[in-house]
Amino acid sequence: MMRVTHELHERRKSRNVGLGLTLAGFVVVILALTMVKVTRGDPMQAFDHVVRPEMEATK
Amino acid sequence: MTDLSINAPREYEPTFGDYFALLKPRVMSLVVFTALVGLLVAPGSLHAVEIFAAILFIALGAGASGALNMWYDADIDAMMRRTAKRPVPSGRVEPGEALAIGLALSGISVVMLGLATNFFAAALLAFTIFFYAVIYSMWLKRSTPHNIVIGGAAGAFPPMIGWAAVTGDVSMASVLMFALIFMWTPPHFWALALFTKSDYGDANVPMLTVTHGRDTTRRHILGYTVAVALVAIGLALTPVGGPVTLVAALVLNALFLKGAVAIWRRDDAAAEADNYLVEKKFFRLSLYYLFLHFAALVADAAVRGVMA
Repeated sequence: MMRVTHELHERRKSRNVGLGLTLAGFVVVILALTMVKVTRGDPMQAFDHVVRPEMEATK
Repeated sequence: MTDLSINAPREYEPTFGDYFALLKPRVMSLVVFTALVGLLVAPGSLHAVEIFAAILFIALGAGASGALNMWYDADIDAMMRRTAKRPVPSGRVEPGEALAIGLALSGISVVMLGLATNFFAAALLAFTIFFYAVIYSMWLKRSTPHNIVIGGAAGAFPPMIGWAAVTGDVSMASVLMFALIFMWTPPHFWALALFTKSDYGDANVPMLTVTHGRDTTRRHILGYTVAVALVAIGLALTPVGGPVTLVAALVLNALFLKGAVAIWRRDDAAAEADNYLVEKKFFRLSLYYLFLHFAALVADAAVRGVMA
């Protein structure tokens, strides 16, 4: 009969939980960066949110 | 005919920690600290979230180059006691996985640093990863006894990247922060090589101790210690320095030079007699040396902030 839990499952669980938390953290970082950049009012374009002072002159 | 080999179970299923170990977390801590100092002392300011993201992605880039290094160096890592337990040589992680993780994280870290700060800093990070993985790991480490000197440059870039993340450029101060770590690396590692003598020779890595002898190594430690002292004093005199940095540079370099002279004046017979006490003490001091130098730069920046 197959055992319900195995050391192998523990290892896989550690990988899955670790990866899940890492991805969730990544999403939070992107969200926070986006909020900081778009609410500051710097001259930037939507596709990369990099500040472009040269856009100031064309306003 | 049925071939089930692709479904063959692996002997060992790696945990998340095994993959994390590919990123050399201990080296990462130095990277995080020096990059943070570069960010904090640079003129200008970033939002706290941007500082956090910049440090995170610089650390991730350093981790990626660590994974690429472990992929390429698995053969020699297996021969040295210090590195034999790393994930790839010990068989916990497949070499292909280390390569894939290294490449993926390199791309993610560079693009994300560019988006979080600026693409000049991202380009510097990309160059650092290339330098450590290709120039150092694949080329110089196995071909020249100056491997440590040139490889040290990879570890010296983080404060420069941190600085560039704020200012978008390079300055005398950021070059001297780079030079401080660059000149500090050889005496730090050669002291370690003196008291872990057999390892590098076993793996056929051309360490200076093996190729040119241990007396030459002792002379080189002194030479680089003199050079790093000059750089440290120079850094204290730039706009990012100040009284705290200058006092720290004078005290720490006096101690560092004293240790280097002690190493230079003795030979292996004397070192064997006291189990490399002087070399071990110098190695320990070298850790405090770098940490306190960079901490002093932050202290001066804080003083300037209060005075302003």
